[in-house]
Amino acid sequence: MSATVRVIPCLDVANGRVVKGVNFVGLRDAGDPVEAAARYDAEGADELVFLDITASHEDRAILLDILAETATHCFMPLTVGGGVRTHADVQALLRAGADKVSVNSAAVARPELVGELARTFGEQCITVAIDAKQVSPGRWEIFTHGGRRATGIDAVAFARRMADLGAGEILLTSMDRDGTRSGYDLPLLKAVSAAVPVPVVASGGVGGLDDLVAGVTQGGASAVLAASLFHFGEASIADAKHALMQAGVPVRPPEADMVRA
Amino acid sequence: MSVALIDYGAGNLRSAAKALEAAGAANVRVTADPAEVRAATRIVLPGVGAFGACAAALRAIPGMEEALEETVRGKGRPFLGICVGMQLMASEGHEFGVHKGLGWIPGIVRRMEPKGPDGEPLKVPQIGWNEVVPSPAGVLVEPGYAYFVHSYALEAANDVDVAGTASYGAEITAAVQRDSMLGVQFHPEKSQSYGLALLGRWLKWRP
Repeated sequence: MSATVRVIPCLDVANGRVVKGVNFVGLRDAGDPVEAAARYDAEGADELVFLDITASHEDRAILLDILAETATHCFMPLTVGGGVRTHADVQALLRAGADKVSVNSAAVARPELVGELARTFGEQCITVAIDAKQVSPGRWEIFTHGGRRATGIDAVAFARRMADLGAGEILLTSMDRDGTRSGYDLPLLKAVSAAVPVPVVASGGVGGLDDLVAGVTQGGASAVLAASLFHFGEASIADAKHALMQAGVPVRPPEADMVRA
Repeated sequence: MSVALIDYGAGNLRSAAKALEAAGAANVRVTADPAEVRAATRIVLPGVGAFGACAAALRAIPGMEEALEETVRGKGRPFLGICVGMQLMASEGHEFGVHKGLGWIPGIVRRMEPKGPDGEPLKVPQIGWNEVVPSPAGVLVEPGYAYFVHSYALEAANDVDVAGTASYGAEITAAVQRDSMLGVQFHPEKSQSYGLALLGRWLKWRP
């Protein structure tokens, strides 16, 4: 056995609510992130990602509460991102129960920040989130501000630089694919996975279980992230793992930790 | 029973404390006070970050290393080291220079350079769930999947100290055990029911 590929549901949080909500049977409140996290924990998700999509000052306090409440009940890896800019931001998130913190725009604005954070908190807890868009065949650029602002920075070269500076992981989102349900941008994923020595988490565009499989077998991802696929009950964590297992991808078997909710 | 969870600025203390409580610990004290360590019936040393920085932070607390020596090695109180807390049990760590560990488990902590079946380098850090295989010496370690996040691994000098292994390119040390001490490279506080069960066994352990 070797390390297994992680299946990661992503919860986008704004004003203390899961954006778009989640559609699980049995949740009292489909928009409550703590309840959603508990459900994924019971289903045997390998990790949870919370993204604070507004990242306003008021929201940060709410997010810390959500995180602390989740970490009290869910004994699983938690990654949190959105608006992380300073050592104090990272420290507050780690104290509240995050295991990894994801840095996005601030790493683009000042790449050295990633090295500084890695030296203070350890490489293993600094994930760099990269939002990339294709600009020509075989070339992708970093976009910030939710994909609205071009930077002219080559995504593959940037990923490599982030790993050199001390990022322990890259969370790679295709802005072209995000929300389209047409599958991960596999050439982008493959280019970045091959360029960096650290794990790459595939994100953006999952429409079905085959997309998760392709992210690993064709894209070379170490982990597969999805939101709507899981939130709306189209597929369970166990479905995702069975699909990966059938394709010969090593996963933690869903039975290994499934607790009946 | 009281469990001292050592706060030296290098660990996810909240998660570890909550997981110990969920596993049945009645009285978990997060502490940087050597006197509380001496008074505790069980001791947990967490750890996240670089070996040298963690070792320095632990030694920066006056009397802490002596309190650990006295209670764990001297009195044989049950001890659990988690992740870098486990690595600190080794003789030395080679991460950003050579740093002395507690020296309880002869061995060296070195950077992993794992290779896949075709000789291609595997991703470092290892981040994810890996299967733990208990060794004959491991009375507390059960087979199952645990959550690992690490770039360095403990190479124990004596096989008898290894309580469990995992495979990441090569065989790596997942757990060490000697006398009243258990150390785990993975994060039981983040390993869902597998981790809570391990913490539960450790809390009942009478070495």
